[in-house]
Amino acid sequence: MLLNEEVQLLRKVPYFCRVDPCKLKLLAFTSDRVCYEPGQYLFTQGDDSEAAYVILCGKVDLLTDSSNGEVKIGEAGCNSIIGEMCLLSNASQAVTARATTEVDALRITKDAFFKVIADNPRISMEISRTLAETIRGSRLSDMQHEKQHA
Amino acid sequence: MEKHLLRYIWNHTRPQQIWILAIVLISMIPYFMAFDLPKQIINGPIQGQGFNGPRATMPFLAFDYSIPFVGWSISFDGFEMNRLWMLMALSGVFLLLVIINGLFKFYINNYKGRLGERLLRRIRYELVDRLLRFPPSTMRQIRGAEVSSMVKDEVEPFGGFTGDAFVQPAMLGGQAIAALCFIVLQNLWLGLIAAFMVAIQVGIIPKMRRRLIELGRQRQITARHLAGKVGEIVEGMDTIHSYDTTNYERADIAHRLGQIYKIRYELYQWKFIVKFVNNFLSQLTPFLFYSIGGYFALRGTLDVGQLVAVINAYKDLPGPLKELIDWDQARQDVQVKYEQVREQFEPTQLIEPTVHALAVKLPDHDASPLAAVNLTIVDGSGASVAENVTLKIELGETVAVIDNAGIGAEAVAEAFGRIVWPASGKVMLGDTDILELPEAVTGRQMTYASADSYFFHGTLKDNLLYGLKHAPMTKEKEPKLTMARRWALNEAQMAGNSTHDPNTDWIDRRSTSVSRGSQDDVKQSVLGALDAVQLTPDVMELALHSYIDPAENPTLTERVVEMRFALREELTKQGLGSIVSHFDFSAYNTEATVRENLLFAATRQNGNGTPDVEIEEGEYVFEVLKTAQLFDLLYDMGLAIAENVTEIFAGLPPEHPLFQQLEHITAEDIAFYQQFLKRKRSRRDLQVSANEQRAIVKLSLYYVEPRYRFGVLTPDIMRQIVAARDIFYANLPAALRDRIERYDPHKYMSAATLRENILFGKLSHRSPDAPAKIRNVAARLLREMGLYESFIGLGLDYDVGASGRRLTLIQRHKLSLARALVRRSSYYVFNKPLPGLDRRVQEEIVKNVLHFLQEQDNNPSVVWVLSNTSLSRLFHRVIVFDRGHVVEDGTFETLDMKSGIFKSLVA
Repeated sequence: MLLNEEVQLLRKVPYFCRVDPCKLKLLAFTSDRVCYEPGQYLFTQGDDSEAAYVILCGKVDLLTDSSNGEVKIGEAGCNSIIGEMCLLSNASQAVTARATTEVDALRITKDAFFKVIADNPRISMEISRTLAETIRGSRLSDMQHEKQHA
Repeated sequence: MEKHLLRYIWNHTRPQQIWILAIVLISMIPYFMAFDLPKQIINGPIQGQGFNGPRATMPFLAFDYSIPFVGWSISFDGFEMNRLWMLMALSGVFLLLVIINGLFKFYINNYKGRLGERLLRRIRYELVDRLLRFPPSTMRQIRGAEVSSMVKDEVEPFGGFTGDAFVQPAMLGGQAIAALCFIVLQNLWLGLIAAFMVAIQVGIIPKMRRRLIELGRQRQITARHLAGKVGEIVEGMDTIHSYDTTNYERADIAHRLGQIYKIRYELYQWKFIVKFVNNFLSQLTPFLFYSIGGYFALRGTLDVGQLVAVINAYKDLPGPLKELIDWDQARQDVQVKYEQVREQFEPTQLIEPTVHALAVKLPDHDASPLAAVNLTIVDGSGASVAENVTLKIELGETVAVIDNAGIGAEAVAEAFGRIVWPASGKVMLGDTDILELPEAVTGRQMTYASADSYFFHGTLKDNLLYGLKHAPMTKEKEPKLTMARRWALNEAQMAGNSTHDPNTDWIDRRSTSVSRGSQDDVKQSVLGALDAVQLTPDVMELALHSYIDPAENPTLTERVVEMRFALREELTKQGLGSIVSHFDFSAYNTEATVRENLLFAATRQNGNGTPDVEIEEGEYVFEVLKTAQLFDLLYDMGLAIAENVTEIFAGLPPEHPLFQQLEHITAEDIAFYQQFLKRKRSRRDLQVSANEQRAIVKLSLYYVEPRYRFGVLTPDIMRQIVAARDIFYANLPAALRDRIERYDPHKYMSAATLRENILFGKLSHRSPDAPAKIRNVAARLLREMGLYESFIGLGLDYDVGASGRRLTLIQRHKLSLARALVRRSSYYVFNKPLPGLDRRVQEEIVKNVLHFLQEQDNNPSVVWVLSNTSLSRLFHRVIVFDRGHVVEDGTFETLDMKSGIFKSLVA
């Protein structure tokens, strides 16, 4: 897959959909194109977070450690980004990511991620917006939840 | 050391001085004989004196000598010879005398030279010997560069002076007195005038030289300080650069040089004034002879013949006199130098020589317990940092020492390590003060390590084993000594030097940490110590980075090639075959650059690669590209890359860190490509210069498809590049042949690092954890194939540089601790040895070290001054210092229960 195709895929990620394609090309260029076999780990819970991953194709299970071993808490598919929250908050990885199919991903290192954000206010705006929407969404659902109980 | 250099020389070279004086006296006989001979030759055989006719003969070598008082006489009638034969015989004698005189001169100069050099050797050795015996307080005040300048340069003139120290004044004085007596014999009054003038000369000149001596002293001290300052600049270079003080240092040096110049210039002026006065005085005497003597001769009171005789005799006086005065100047000069040096090497206290006595075996001494008795330690300013500390540490204990306020714990550890001497009280090992014990006991029974331990220039291994080099381990057997060694021994003895050979085996194999009595104790100790301080990965990394010459290590390199195949097989077996793209002569390696694919060779990175060679290499690559008709293809490809790169980096300021992502391309390059493309778009028929073409082709040369992902590398281009490999080698210029070594799966490449040789390929860009995976597989293979130790050995051959500066600070701290662990001791004192490490690593290392030492069968104790107080739970006993006093002492559990200082420290 070529850089230009990667850019097309990146545009489908909510964070990046309104960003200038030129900047996305830079982001893609500074990232590593990596691939994983089924069962391979992208990262493990508790690791230092060093990169965020944009899944270009394939599926990834998100797992968390519990007393009964690993529990699946979610799934990430094409055009989704994972690991970016821990990168932003400078925390260790909160979940484990394991490839369930063959996965092609863009590995955006911490350095590159922050540098590109710093140069492109648009990206940070998009990130803030997405975050705000997520929080709002979760509040709404909480409120609905409470209403149902009440 | 003696107060005067002359006395020092006399004490150490008395017999030799007497001998050389005797030889000089004997040498006078042929010397004066040779004086008389020309006259005899001319008067005798040539002018015919004593030969009464053409057939007349004269006796040759006839003599008649009667010994006074006894009345015995010896005589020889000689050989009768005619004029021609006599001429030949006398000329022969002349030649013989010339040879004899020459030989005497040769012998005397040689002997004097040797005498001087031996004395120089002795004095230098003595200075360093004294340096080794300086107490710590003195050591702290001296600057290394100054001391080395003293030992090396300031004593240098002593050697030259030694040979002349006694012979010269004896000879010249004799000559001067003889000349003076001769003048007095000719005429008493004129003789007295001459004697008076000599007295003035001898009296005044040395007085005038006082200033010279003072200046000489100043010159010596300023020059020494200059040496010290230069040394300081070298050591403080990093600080100087980081604080932009280079110009301050320049000003300082210029000022010092100015001072030296001023002193030296004044020195010259005085020197020539003294010379002038001296010359004047010696010429004044003949003036007096001419004027006063002439006056009396005119008056008739003095015989003209006598006056001429006196003036003739005076001819012989100024020469020796001048040389005598010169000698005296040299003597004063070296005496001043000697005093200056001696002053520095006469501290109030020196460690007794017996403390340093060489001991092959560990001397018998009951080394338990280690105790501080009423120990008080003061710092440089005189403030006490530890007061009245009394402690006892039994064998087998592990003791954590921590400080609440102050540095009492560190100071006590330093006192244990004899880094500082106590102001009062003492440190006892068994029942003796450690300062009275020989170092053969304290330096082996106790091991001290701190973060600022020193490393000597040499390999890692040399430094690790440094703590085992107490005494030469092999006895030198007399008959087996080589000529060279015997000579060295003899000379060392003559100069009062140490006679031990530093090149023999000094490693004490019985005092290693791991001591099972087997051959590889040293090796096991080193490996264990490296593991304990977690330095092994670093050493392995150093090994993997090293270049090995297969000619020097044939077996090892062969095994590495074997490992190359084994690794490949193992990776395939584990399904990891795709993470390495191996070099294959018939295929394009997509993980490597276009250039690497064309060269298909290891190129020596640093070392013997000069810029010229690199340029030549570049030229040649372009040449090959043209021959292979690849140039235009790569030019087009380069244009496409330039389009992409300029688009991506457009608008980024040149200092933007993302430019670092591009190897071989700088921000200026991008600007150039941008302009070039702009020009090209605006004019279709643009003339592209050769340089521009090359710049564009260069972009292609460093292109890697999986890295850049521009999709410009077509299978056709790849095929053509592979085909061009042969063309590249066919005409490879000679200058490049040493640098470029073709990949051959069955050969070790000396131009590549060990790591590249093992891997023989490129890691896949698409597999992010490829390095970790390879490392795991390779580490297992290394052990299986028995190569692990050889690799560690290679890493240990790494040169640590001056004071270990080629290592990182953390590595140095770890190395310091590892060096301590290699030794077997009863007491290990660690004084905050790992200050810069993070807590987790510190804890692991402390655990490892305690475990490693507890494996020893001699039940050692460990005293560890901790910078991280929470680690004290790993020790049997904890001692807490507060403002120089011991405030708490007990097990971790008991102290943890009490609500004292310790609890507040650890909580």
